[in-house]
Amino acid sequence: MIEFRQVTKRYDSDHTALRQVNFSLDRGELAFLTGHSGAGKSTLLKLVMVMERPSAGEVVVGGQVLNRLPRRQIPYIRRHIGVVFQNHQLLFDRTVYDNVAMPLEVVGASPRDMGRRVRAALDKVGLLSKEKMNPMQLSGGEQQRVGIARAVVNKPPVLLADEPTGNLDPELSADIMTLFGQFSQVGVTVLIATHDIALIQAMERRTLVLDHGRLVSGGTPLVGGAGGR
Amino acid sequence: MAADLHNKPDSVRGARASKAPWKQQAESYFKHHRKVAQDSARRMWRNPVASLMTWAVMGVALALPVALLLLLASIDGVSTGWESRARVTAYLDMGISLETAQRLAEEIGSDGRIDEVILVDRDQALEEFRASSGLEDALDYLEENPLPHTLLVTPRDQVRSTEGVQGLVRFIEGMDEVAQVQVDLGWLQRLNAITELLARAVWALSLLLAAAVVLVIGNTVRLAIESRRDEILVAKLVGGTDAFVRRPFLYTGAWFGLGGGVVAWVLLELALWWLSGPIERLAGLYHSDFGLTGLSLDGAAALIIIAMLLGWLGAWVAVKRHLDEIEPGEIAGA
Repeated sequence: MIEFRQVTKRYDSDHTALRQVNFSLDRGELAFLTGHSGAGKSTLLKLVMVMERPSAGEVVVGGQVLNRLPRRQIPYIRRHIGVVFQNHQLLFDRTVYDNVAMPLEVVGASPRDMGRRVRAALDKVGLLSKEKMNPMQLSGGEQQRVGIARAVVNKPPVLLADEPTGNLDPELSADIMTLFGQFSQVGVTVLIATHDIALIQAMERRTLVLDHGRLVSGGTPLVGGAGGR
Repeated sequence: MAADLHNKPDSVRGARASKAPWKQQAESYFKHHRKVAQDSARRMWRNPVASLMTWAVMGVALALPVALLLLLASIDGVSTGWESRARVTAYLDMGISLETAQRLAEEIGSDGRIDEVILVDRDQALEEFRASSGLEDALDYLEENPLPHTLLVTPRDQVRSTEGVQGLVRFIEGMDEVAQVQVDLGWLQRLNAITELLARAVWALSLLLAAAVVLVIGNTVRLAIESRRDEILVAKLVGGTDAFVRRPFLYTGAWFGLGGGVVAWVLLELALWWLSGPIERLAGLYHSDFGLTGLSLDGAAALIIIAMLLGWLGAWVAVKRHLDEIEPGEIAGA
């Protein structure tokens, strides 16, 4: 579902964020992405989201090589990728319902469809009763769950999370990880960037470790590849 | 509880689920447009003072050239009206009796080139002069009427060329009883030249002010874009196309245009109402049916539509410049 082939990302001559990264994640796979800060986790996620383009190598999502994707096409790729952020990026000028509905609004879903799917997503994260509230009125854990509902409302095949448990206590973090596990069970490819070693150890899943832009473990070695050395 | 409220319309609409998908697509597209249009309008109402100021600026900028164009059109109407009736005025000798004047009028009127001859006898002329000049007291001191009989000669359409009129003037001048012939073509030509010059100046001014409108709206929309930055980021993040992200701002521009157009129209009507009295009096003094023509309904509609287009254009310029700068790259963290 997600495949990196010899991907290098250089920002300028003296800053290389990723060096020849190789790995591939299958459909329904859940993996962690970890490493010290500045190791290239965010860069890797941005490449999947087409917020950045690789300097060398190929990024493939859902069978589509993103390098050559024209700018116009980027929105259509993003519709297949759900993203959860540490600071959840919710809009406080509208209700929880409207926040979660945004990805559906973008694709022009009919109101009937929208209502059904937004409520299904909110139900999934256990916030169905709070759809009319402003996200500002919710706790941090609840806000994060709204962010997750928004990321999955479109039933994307890929779900990315950038430090999704960064501000949460262990119990809430475990809840959220359980949610991610459930998504992967229904076929969603989930990639979670996190510092939270305890969480990673508790989950016992595949873990991609970045160190100064190199993938040092968890990669799938390709023939002649340099990944996962 | 809350879910029930939303479910109700859903079950009603469920019956239409078998509709062709493209039809549904089109329907939700138009629904989205309507929603965005309403939302943009609502946002404008939320800042009534700021919106009114923008409308006022637009209104003034639009009303000024339109007012000048209307004025020009009115003047143009007057001069073409007069030119087509380019009348030759023949002043008769002072000693001519009314009967001779009438005979002369008939004689001239029987000429093939003449459409109509009006005889203004000297008493009548004095009365008119007295009424319109405000010199009643001075006129009372005169022992006798200083005005001669006058013939107002209107040529037929065929002789309305400059040469035709000149030939006619020679013919009338040749008569013994005629003291002086006057054709008011010179000042008409000058007026035409002046209006032509003014027309160009007004068009140039219109272009400049239209550009100003576009810039004002562009700046207002730029501020709107800044204030909705987060929303734009999220929309781009979840796969909103450029068109989707642009749409609310284009509507905002069009609504500003609508408001500005309406303000301009109101300003024009007010100005017309305020000026119509004095203009009527002035025109009366010149024996003219000159009047300022206001905007017709079509004209008002055109003004408002043009204003909306300018607003839309201004928004488009701002959106083009500033929306591309907002890319979700920055929110994923370093």
